[in-house]
Amino acid sequence: MAARLSPWGVVRYDSVVRTLADEARLGALIDDLAQAIGGDVASSDPTAQWALVGIRSRGDELARRLSQRLDAEVFGQRVGSLDITLYRDDLSEIGAQPVVRTTDVPFDVDGLNIVLVDDVLMSGRSVRAALQSLMDLGRPRRVWLNVLVDRGGRELPIAPDHVGLDLSHEQLGPGELVEVQLKPTDDQDAVVVRESQPPQGGHA
Amino acid sequence: MTAAKSDYRWPHKHLLGLEELSPEDIRFLLSTAYGFEQVSTRSVKKVPALRGKVVVNLFFEDSTRTRASFSLAASRLSADIFDFAATGSSVSKGESLRDTVRTIEAMGVDVIVCRHHLSGAAHQVAGSVNCSVINAGDGQHEHPTQGLLDIYTICRRLGLEGYDLSGVTVAIVGDVAHSRVARSNIHGLIKLGAHVVLVGPPTLLPQGFTELGCELSNDLDSVLPRVDVVNMLRVQFERIQSQAFPSVREYTHMFGLTTHRLTLAKPEVVVMHPGPLNRGIEIDSAVADGPNSAILSQVTNGLAIRMATLFLVTGAQGKGEG
Repeated sequence: MAARLSPWGVVRYDSVVRTLADEARLGALIDDLAQAIGGDVASSDPTAQWALVGIRSRGDELARRLSQRLDAEVFGQRVGSLDITLYRDDLSEIGAQPVVRTTDVPFDVDGLNIVLVDDVLMSGRSVRAALQSLMDLGRPRRVWLNVLVDRGGRELPIAPDHVGLDLSHEQLGPGELVEVQLKPTDDQDAVVVRESQPPQGGHA
Repeated sequence: MTAAKSDYRWPHKHLLGLEELSPEDIRFLLSTAYGFEQVSTRSVKKVPALRGKVVVNLFFEDSTRTRASFSLAASRLSADIFDFAATGSSVSKGESLRDTVRTIEAMGVDVIVCRHHLSGAAHQVAGSVNCSVINAGDGQHEHPTQGLLDIYTICRRLGLEGYDLSGVTVAIVGDVAHSRVARSNIHGLIKLGAHVVLVGPPTLLPQGFTELGCELSNDLDSVLPRVDVVNMLRVQFERIQSQAFPSVREYTHMFGLTTHRLTLAKPEVVVMHPGPLNRGIEIDSAVADGPNSAILSQVTNGLAIRMATLFLVTGAQGKGEG
């Protein structure tokens, strides 16, 4: 039984049920996202200033990889990461220990075009939390949302601008968890499906 | 900085002292505080983590900075906070501590931050109520958030990201016998692996502290050259009348951290003081305001420590006794 620290704390998983994307395919998905972002940049006001912001703990690595594929003159050093633990709306409901990490957005977000990046989009609650966190840092001019995987199962009216792998119309069981694995946090680069187990210590 | 362990869980509903915490608990709290530091430096200094929670400051003893720090920490977490003035209230009409805190809890309070002049008061409060209790200083016993912020300041100053104090020597100088700040520091520092040297006049330095693993000394000049941190305790004037205390002049002469005395220490030694300062008595102005001083960082870090404490104890509510 493998355990890993999800943004929501500790969740225990059984072994991988199936792999949706291997390292090469994952790289291609990131390429696609980078290309879509490049398209957004090209069709926007050329004087606009851009930044990439990833949601911890996989989105920040994704943002870093996207920045390597994007025009350095457009994004420069403006790559940041958000820790949304303090903005979650379910702090009192989850069973596992929430872990507060650092938000690292070392630039002024006022007036920027911000590309918000996350690994998996499901309920939309992380994105809501991330948007609130971003607004507390300042007033971006516009925010785009790009995700590597859209898992479906939205609980809030949140729609991504670009999606790498769209599973929103697939029939995934309620206990099936889509997980993006990225080095160096994980051992490999992949998108996998796991069968979930209730967190230890039991939470109804 | 990553979490201590992936299946670690903060187990304490109350924070009454560092004596009850494990090294892992202390490190987890310190690394949580690190995540809170940036909240205080950005344009909107507020996060919604404790929205809808109520925190009460219940202070039976004078305090300006600790109370202000807890108030600010609670409001930065979006909790509601009110001060319960223990003087001029029902307490002065003879109400017992237990009745006072149960009455406050009945108003729907989630956290009581308690300071009291009697050692053990926070434990008694915690035993009387179901909400969380944070000890903001009880008599001569403990002042856990001060101990934590001191340790956090040391780790940040020395660049110890893993909060491991092995090989670090800390001197705590002054009236150790009556100091709750010293007790909390001692418990926390030793748990994280530091070597602690207590320095003061023999009358204010009980031998029993050796059993906690501390070294005792009456000679500051001989200790200074080998310490990485020197934490100067405040001279409590209410104690100066007692026979245990030498004259102020004699105390300053032997234990005051003067500019001259600081030259005996390592050039990068970290100078700390819990405040409020008695300038010219236990510490010279030039030292307090000099490059070695971490005194204002202690105040700033206190906010992050208190935010982390409030966040963790409320998160542990309803999950068993801490």
